[in-house]
Amino acid sequence: MTCQSRLLAIAVRDLVVGFGKHIVLDRLSLDVYRGEILGLVGASGGGKSVLLRTIIGLLPKRGGRIEVLDTDFDASTSDATRAMGRRWGILFQQGALFSSLTVLQNVQFPMREHLDVSQRLMDEVALAKLEMVGLSRSDTHKFPSELSGGMTKRVALARALALDPEIVFLDEPTSGLDPIAAGEFDALIKTLQQTLGLTVFMVTHDLDSLYTVCNRVAALAEGKIVAIGPMPDVLQSPHPWVQAYFCGARGSKRAQERPERS
Amino acid sequence: MPSTPTLTFLKESACLQAAGAWTASTAQKIEALIDHALENVTGLKTIVFDLSAIDELDTYGAWMIERISRRCAELDINLTPSSVPIHFKALLAAIHKTSSQPAQPSRHSNPLATALESIGRAFPGLASDVAAFAEMLGALTAALIRVILNPRRFRLISAVHHLDRVGWQALPIMLLISFLIGAIIAQQGIFHFRKFGADVYVVDLVGILMLREIGVLLIAIMCAGRSGSSYTAELGSMKMREEIDALRTMGLDPVEVLMLPRVLALTVALPILTFFGSLAALYGGGLVLWLYGGMSPEIFIARLQEAVSVTSFKVGMIKAPFMALVIGIVACCEGLRVKGSAESLGLQTTTSVVKSIFLVIVLDGLFAVFFASIGM
Repeated sequence: MTCQSRLLAIAVRDLVVGFGKHIVLDRLSLDVYRGEILGLVGASGGGKSVLLRTIIGLLPKRGGRIEVLDTDFDASTSDATRAMGRRWGILFQQGALFSSLTVLQNVQFPMREHLDVSQRLMDEVALAKLEMVGLSRSDTHKFPSELSGGMTKRVALARALALDPEIVFLDEPTSGLDPIAAGEFDALIKTLQQTLGLTVFMVTHDLDSLYTVCNRVAALAEGKIVAIGPMPDVLQSPHPWVQAYFCGARGSKRAQERPERS
Repeated sequence: MPSTPTLTFLKESACLQAAGAWTASTAQKIEALIDHALENVTGLKTIVFDLSAIDELDTYGAWMIERISRRCAELDINLTPSSVPIHFKALLAAIHKTSSQPAQPSRHSNPLATALESIGRAFPGLASDVAAFAEMLGALTAALIRVILNPRRFRLISAVHHLDRVGWQALPIMLLISFLIGAIIAQQGIFHFRKFGADVYVVDLVGILMLREIGVLLIAIMCAGRSGSSYTAELGSMKMREEIDALRTMGLDPVEVLMLPRVLALTVALPILTFFGSLAALYGGGLVLWLYGGMSPEIFIARLQEAVSVTSFKVGMIKAPFMALVIGIVACCEGLRVKGSAESLGLQTTTSVVKSIFLVIVLDGLFAVFFASIGM
């Protein structure tokens, strides 16, 4: 599969982000192609979430350029920024569900704001989406405070996918899930990517996710992308952090087994 | 722009032809098309569903196609999809797998019954409020006794921190408001008392009213709005983030760690604020009497000495710590009642302020009866 010939979904060039004197991302460049699943790995506190939040415009940047779906937010109007909300979906680490709305209302919220469709269709599509992410019908009238961690992630994913976005950003989608649920979640993301043609930008620590669902993996260390490519290429990288991450006790065990989960 | 969706029914070949963009942005049109097309097909046995001309499809469009096939199944029509574009097959299959049960209709109950129900529920709610208040008072007393028996368990730093927040940092605004209220009462007093030539009695009015009643009530109400609400919000968000549960599992008593320092700080701060607030009010009243009423400060002070007894001052100051206790207990109770949602946090904070202001005024009334009967 030649990635280079494909269209860019996200283009980050020379991005600098810092807080006070502390520079988190130092002239970072990253390309994400349309239709691929990119996994981003990095040390805890190393700036993965900062990169994600900067790309989606929640954190200010000090320098560099970010284009998402050929839109540069610096150059675009607030209307364009609003229109962007229709084209991407974001799964926050803690779910970020609206606590005063039920599960079904949470999923319908973006539809209500961005689409002009009947209530009946919203109900039907929202229920179909919730079912696709594996929630039972009896859960749809619950409030977020009544959900377990895994269910919260599923609802958050259903909400991120509510508008059939072109890109979904997933911030540690499988953290806090049991291995079975995490495996199901990975399979679900893969299925959705294939059926809907999604581009997925995924921050993760889950080695299983990296091996099984990601088309490419990017390693973030010292504020830069130090290795990027399909999993075997990244494993070949000489960078000490990448070696420590993938060839440490847990990483190497996983690399040897390498079962293909579909 | 997405191309216009169409759905045409060819009678001679019994073929339903879908074309164009079947996406979220055209969903409104498609819904109307489906209703129209399905009117024509009733009574037929077999229909071919031709999807080859659809150029864009997303979940919404796929759901529409699914809706047509489910509707046909209900009408006993054999619908055969034909020439489905290969890249849409997976999506259609995924949608097809979802359950066919219709959405549960949300319950609409009689508004009158709902109103009656909420009134009915309010009464046991009231009893549980009283119980919660008593429980918190008991828990605080128990924690206080434990702390007195073992003073090293007292969270001094926390208490001082809260004393700073509810006392020292509250002082400027309390002084300003008391000063203004004192000035306004004096101005109104001069305006109306002058008709009877009773100007000097304005000093009695300002002095007794501010020291005995308004001074402490004003400060208590301000504290309920300023400090009580922040206690409720803090404890409520701690409850939401399971911080209080974490404390319990570590073998610590949240009442002792979180609530006792807060309530104690408020109990200490409120009398002090009342004292300074009353001074500011007398100062404001004196200033207005001097500048607006033409009464010299010397006369004001002399008259004040005659008018105000130590008893008036005592009555005001005795009430202050009790009011603080009521505000603190209500704030803590309401904080612990916060459930998971942001809405409930807002609701409990409002309840906390409304309830503590109400109780402060009720308490003031009870004290008035009490002091009258003991002749103070």
